[in-house]
Amino acid sequence: MITLVELKSGRYGIIQRIEGGHGLKKRLEVMNIREGKKIIKKCSAPLHGPVVIEIDGCKMAIGRGMAKKVWVEEI
Amino acid sequence: MKKILLMGNPNVGKSVVFSRLTGVNVIQSNYPGTTVGYTKGHVKIDKNEMELVDVPGTYSLSPSCKAEEVARDMFFDEDPELIINVLDATNLERNLYLTLQILEKGIPTVLVLNMWDAAKRKGVHVNLEKLKEIMGINVVTAVAVTGEGIKELANTINEITLNPERNISKIPKMDDDDKWAFIGQILSKVQKIEHRHPSMLERLEDASVRPISGIIIALIVLFITMQVVIGFGELLINYILDPLYYQYYGPFITSAVENSIPSGFIHDILIGSGYEYETSFGLLTTGIYVIFAVVLPYILSFYLVLGFLEDFGYLPRLAVLLDSVMHKLGLHGYATIPIVLGFGCNVPAMLSTRILEGKREKFIAATLIAISVPCMAQTAVIIGLIGKYGVQYIIIVYGTLLVLFVTLGSILNHLLKGESPEIFFEIPPYRLPHMGTLLKKTWMRVRGFLIEAVPFVFLGILVVNILYLVGIMSALSNLLAPVMSQMLGLPSQAIDALIMGFLRKDLATAMLAPLNLSPNQLVVACTVLATSFPCIATFIVLIKEIGIKNMIKTGILMLSIALTTGTLLNLILNSLS
Repeated sequence: MITLVELKSGRYGIIQRIEGGHGLKKRLEVMNIREGKKIIKKCSAPLHGPVVIEIDGCKMAIGRGMAKKVWVEEI
Repeated sequence: MKKILLMGNPNVGKSVVFSRLTGVNVIQSNYPGTTVGYTKGHVKIDKNEMELVDVPGTYSLSPSCKAEEVARDMFFDEDPELIINVLDATNLERNLYLTLQILEKGIPTVLVLNMWDAAKRKGVHVNLEKLKEIMGINVVTAVAVTGEGIKELANTINEITLNPERNISKIPKMDDDDKWAFIGQILSKVQKIEHRHPSMLERLEDASVRPISGIIIALIVLFITMQVVIGFGELLINYILDPLYYQYYGPFITSAVENSIPSGFIHDILIGSGYEYETSFGLLTTGIYVIFAVVLPYILSFYLVLGFLEDFGYLPRLAVLLDSVMHKLGLHGYATIPIVLGFGCNVPAMLSTRILEGKREKFIAATLIAISVPCMAQTAVIIGLIGKYGVQYIIIVYGTLLVLFVTLGSILNHLLKGESPEIFFEIPPYRLPHMGTLLKKTWMRVRGFLIEAVPFVFLGILVVNILYLVGIMSALSNLLAPVMSQMLGLPSQAIDALIMGFLRKDLATAMLAPLNLSPNQLVVACTVLATSFPCIATFIVLIKEIGIKNMIKTGILMLSIALTTGTLLNLILNSLS
């Protein structure tokens, strides 16, 4: 398993685990970022900026700290 | 009167549906967080008049920012008779989560699957009959920007008000995991997605956030924006407004006033010393000229370009690109949106700081905007005043403001306890702007400018004339002359302009025109004006948004920064020349 930060741009993964407290999990969950979802990593913004991912055709920007807490299995 | 709430995820087009149903125009854009307060309007279907409330978008009923709090409070406290839940048809899974939360309260609800055309283009097929059956409520499809489906929605609303109890869903309450599982089941029954190849726009979407191509695109966008705003503004001034003013309006109004009131106080207030705008200082001469022939053209061209970028969906991508830089200034990428809005007018910019999560961020963003983001009204006058001496002077003013922005941001970031939260938001797809909507939005903003500018500019001119008449201006000029001349290198009369800056920035900047200042002095004066105090409209909004205590802090910061910057700029410019 690797985190969203480590997943390479253009690769697909399935979310396995989300670390962190209840608040963070809920915030991600209502945006449909939850265990079992298939994601595409689009890119990382410049200068250690946020990670851009896509789930079901919907793109989202996630700060690095948060992205480090989302673990995926690359497929 | 019956109350209807319009609810849904951010950026699904609630405001467009609202405008279509009520005829009340509200600003609509293609990014999450356009609506930060709520707007009320009335819908009349048959003889049934109802109140419709456009609620800010939210992903759930447990809020994570101020705008989402507004949504939750309205839902629980307003006791609505009916909910119109707008969903993005291209992303039902996420949208249905909020729907399930809403349905739990047992209020009659209708679902609107908006952006039905985009869903078709993306290869998303939804079996509506089945969806209605499972949800147990009415479902309408719509393309709100073109008006498709709105009539059906109106009919459905009417039907529901006649039989409310038949439109309450019978889906039982469940916990979150069950909700997602249930949504999964619904979609496996009603939705089919065929694979489509990415379109040109989708490829451009990806290129706009990738590091290298993203920065190149951002620079191109910036360059085109400046070219169009300035080019179109100048075109309007040189070929339409100046000729109109100098050949028709000016001579006409002067002779009209001269004929009826040949001299005296009223005469002076109305037209001053003639229609040469720079020096006359009359309500109907300088006042009208500054509003219509100096500021309005740039306001119009700026809002056209901004509206296009908003509706296209570019701004959130700029937010992603700038996120790292913004973190160093105590903000995060999404603060880009209030900042960009601030270049138009600081008032909506202050309101839009509500999309930021924390108090600290809101304070930093509001302070930085008030101090170092000049509104279009001000920019217009600065271009008019200094532009003729060469573009390098304009660059000095804006360069100074940029340096201030960065320095102040980093200082506040170190000084204020806490850390800026991480960026986390949905990036909307690129959409080709709908011309009608874009023009309507631009018109609303231009009208907003006129409604605010006309009374304040007139009031300002009146106040200046009265202050001169009773001698307060000269007393103040004498009192502050040492500060003005020794620190800022400006003549004592420039104090009038600085004081007027509190009422309206454009007027104040225009007051510098008759003083025959050197380009260097103009640069100092414009910079001090831009940084010192916000105009009265911004000031009032600022108090509402960050509270009076923070406002005092910001105010002190502004004055000291304006004086320091002005003094330094004066020293540097003088030693260079």
